[in-house]
Amino acid sequence: MSWEVVIGLEVHVQVNTKTKQFCGCSTEFGAEPNTQTCPVCLGMPGQLPVLNMEAARKSVLTGLAINADINLVSKFDRKNYFYPDLPKGYQITQFPLPIVEGGYLDIPTKDGEKRIGITRIHMEEDAGKSMHEGLDGVSHIDLNRSGVPLMEIVSEPDMANADEAIAYLKQLHQLVCFLDVSDANMEKGQFRCDANVSVRRPGEPLGTRAELKNLNSFRFIKQAIEYEVNRQIELIEDGGEVVQETRLYDSAKGESRSMRSKEEAHDYRYFPEPDLPPLRFTQEEVDAIRAGMPELPGQLRKRFETEYGLSPYDADVLTQTRDLATWYESLVAAHPADPKRCANWMANELLGRLKETGTEISASPVSPTRLAGLLERIADNTISGKTAKDVLDAMMTSDDDADVIIDAKGLKQVSDTGAIDAIIHEVMEANPDQVAGYRGGKDKLLGFFVGQVMKASRGKANPGMVNQRLKELLKG
Amino acid sequence: MPFSTLSELKTRLDAGEITAVEIAKSYLDRIAEFNNELNAFVDIDPSHVLEQAQASDAYRASHEPRPLEGLPIAIKDIFCTQDGPTQCCSNILKDYHAPYDAHVITRLKEAGAVLVGKTNMDEFAMGSSTETSAFGICRNPWDTDRIPGGSSGGSAAAVAAALAPAALGTDTGGSIRQPASVCGITGMKPTYGRVSRRGIIAFASSLDQAGPMTRTVKDAAMITAAISGHDALDSTSVPNAPVVDWLAACDQTDMKGLRIGKPKEYFIDGMDQGVRASIDAALARCEALGAEIIDISLPHTNAAVAAYYVIAPSEASANLSRYDAVRFGHRCENPDDLLDMYTRSRDEGFGTEVKRRILTGTFALSSGYYDAYYIKAQQVRTLIRQDFIDAFEQVDVIATPTSPVTAFKLGEKTDDPLTMYLSDIFTIALNLAGLPGISQPCGFVDSLPVGLQWMAPAWREDLILGAASAYENATDWVKSPAKFGGEV
Ligand SMILES: [Zn+2]
Repeated sequence: MSWEVVIGLEVHVQVNTKTKQFCGCSTEFGAEPNTQTCPVCLGMPGQLPVLNMEAARKSVLTGLAINADINLVSKFDRKNYFYPDLPKGYQITQFPLPIVEGGYLDIPTKDGEKRIGITRIHMEEDAGKSMHEGLDGVSHIDLNRSGVPLMEIVSEPDMANADEAIAYLKQLHQLVCFLDVSDANMEKGQFRCDANVSVRRPGEPLGTRAELKNLNSFRFIKQAIEYEVNRQIELIEDGGEVVQETRLYDSAKGESRSMRSKEEAHDYRYFPEPDLPPLRFTQEEVDAIRAGMPELPGQLRKRFETEYGLSPYDADVLTQTRDLATWYESLVAAHPADPKRCANWMANELLGRLKETGTEISASPVSPTRLAGLLERIADNTISGKTAKDVLDAMMTSDDDADVIIDAKGLKQVSDTGAIDAIIHEVMEANPDQVAGYRGGKDKLLGFFVGQVMKASRGKANPGMVNQRLKELLKG
Repeated sequence: MPFSTLSELKTRLDAGEITAVEIAKSYLDRIAEFNNELNAFVDIDPSHVLEQAQASDAYRASHEPRPLEGLPIAIKDIFCTQDGPTQCCSNILKDYHAPYDAHVITRLKEAGAVLVGKTNMDEFAMGSSTETSAFGICRNPWDTDRIPGGSSGGSAAAVAAALAPAALGTDTGGSIRQPASVCGITGMKPTYGRVSRRGIIAFASSLDQAGPMTRTVKDAAMITAAISGHDALDSTSVPNAPVVDWLAACDQTDMKGLRIGKPKEYFIDGMDQGVRASIDAALARCEALGAEIIDISLPHTNAAVAAYYVIAPSEASANLSRYDAVRFGHRCENPDDLLDMYTRSRDEGFGTEVKRRILTGTFALSSGYYDAYYIKAQQVRTLIRQDFIDAFEQVDVIATPTSPVTAFKLGEKTDDPLTMYLSDIFTIALNLAGLPGISQPCGFVDSLPVGLQWMAPAWREDLILGAASAYENATDWVKSPAKFGGEV
């Protein structure tokens, strides 16, 4: 008998505002511990929160992008628990009335597009960081992250396997980056995921779920979900019962362990935050935020296919991030004659080279204008595509334009019929047996002649013309 | 001079008859003489007081004097001040020094006031008698065997005994008005949102409000004018709150056309008959001054204490979580582990009443009880608010006793929290509704002061300042205890 897997995800997305959610401290990553703090985010007596409206607007924008309802009035609540990196002893969050409710994302699956419901997005503040390891029994606390703005994006339990969960997360990740509401760097903890996983027999009600915490890379999330699904199935098939609990995934060991059971679960004692009045937006304000919405990945992909004639694959590659799409459009603007050539060169050649050095497109040593300069020389037959790859290699480590490199290295292509014919004659004279062979029906020898001619021209002969003239002259 | 009002001192300062240093010295002398007996101040730094007074005199020499130039004001230990300790009269904050001034402290400094010490209070403002202070009980200057009220008991005692001409207090459920009443002075709680709460150590955030404790109504108006106004760093501070000329309102000498509501729920069987007689006499006087007394009902008054003792402890239970021994405040010796550090530090640092309220609030917010307690209390709060809205359709202001009894004996109610909580029975509803109120002296019962409470709609402090001034101008109840050099 088969099993059905039910997965719901809670994603914490750090909102990329300059300052924290409720005070003016910087949110810059990586500063010396406790240097980006103030009495508010240290929870000192008498200090009060003031909401960062930029973070609120970014939450609204995210809500609009997932086709959700924006609550024109939303409220803040206190979530109470003691932990040394939680200075106030409570986290300010939104509980019964969040800023965003009821949206969805369409994700690609092997059976086509699937709609994943999003229950809610609420605004909250991050806690600081506790460090215990290598400190000889003491703990250190860094409160730089205390009060950093977060959006918690809660999905419906709509995903049926780890691949769908990953597809959803990648889609969401891409979306928040495109919207510029988060830098979503997973290594910096700016995009963190908890997964609720349960299994059931088809047609039966939902099984008991386990919550997996501490999932900080797509790879681990997939591993952790698959591990959990197998664990639950084996448990039930062995006559056991899944208990409701929170489990921590250990990526090094590739297994999870129980962190706390339902009985040990916190009672967070949520109640309305009396220090903050309800957050209000007018419909006009929401409409203005909607008007400023950038083109989303799906729209962009479709436009690249229709407007530039790109293949779905190239369109997908070039819309992975907003930076890539913007870069591509700058390239097309500088080389409008052939958007497809632009896509090929950017997707295959440039990105390949950048990947080798781990460089982001935004830090590419070759600008769209410089790459366009290279593509112009291919278009006007100054150089062959093969030579152009060498020129691009040189451009990656030099500030010189393509033309300068072509001149300096003498790479200019020979497209003059007379000069090409002269080389062909030399080659034919040097290889009488092969000429005879070709003329005797060994057509495959054409490749040999092309190679010899290209070699004799030191690669500068226009390959198309060499081909054409060889066929002509070898006929005899 | 000691029993002068702020206004009188201001007049003499402005006339050049006296200097801020002379004023400061005279109050410091009295503090040195009487504070041991009263324990109204828990911290005083005479040299710092004199420095401020000297700076004020120097300022006056070359500038137009500011509204409170050179006037001494005592500060409840709940206000964060950069100078000196801010301890909220709790061992958990013993020797805590705040790195910032509360917004109202900044305002007072900008107005030229001289800040005088920190006054005694119930620990974290939780109490009605100042007996829960971790730094010793405070005594009522009218009878030193009796409580000065609370939680702002130190401020009330200091003003009543003229150890300072005025003081700042905070009022969460009556903590300005009730001690003002039992110490025979004037105390006002402004509309919630009128005065910034930033830098005031939070007890119950949706109820706390700072206000003046003074000898006269006009003095209260002077201080309120200085400390109120929008603060962008307190999200509950209201921008563009309507302001009427409060000082002008204090010139009122009659009550012609004023409709005063007399709510039947504030004249109950259990109250002291002497207090009741004083209030009846006061209302008769108001009528003689031209007011119309209208019997009204605030039907949900009976539920106010119960609702308050759910809402205030609930908020407090969260507000006091930050005292976790991690970043500041008391930490126990040699904790075994984190849990031991939390529990032992908090056990040692908090007093009994504070613990009782943290437990009450934690319970009320707990899963399974939240709807029955917290939600229900919020519903009652809405009904109480509506009671006042309805009442103010009929009347301009409401007058009641501030407290059902005069000052009770020290220790009389410490073992009976419920009876103690009933001391606030007439003051709590106003906090739940967020409205302004004032208590002023209106007589004596057995040589102990009685307080008359005035209430007004939101932002109409002018109405109660006007009514209270008219009553004060027509009567002679602003007196001082003989034991401390007063005229009675
Ligand atoms: Zn901060």
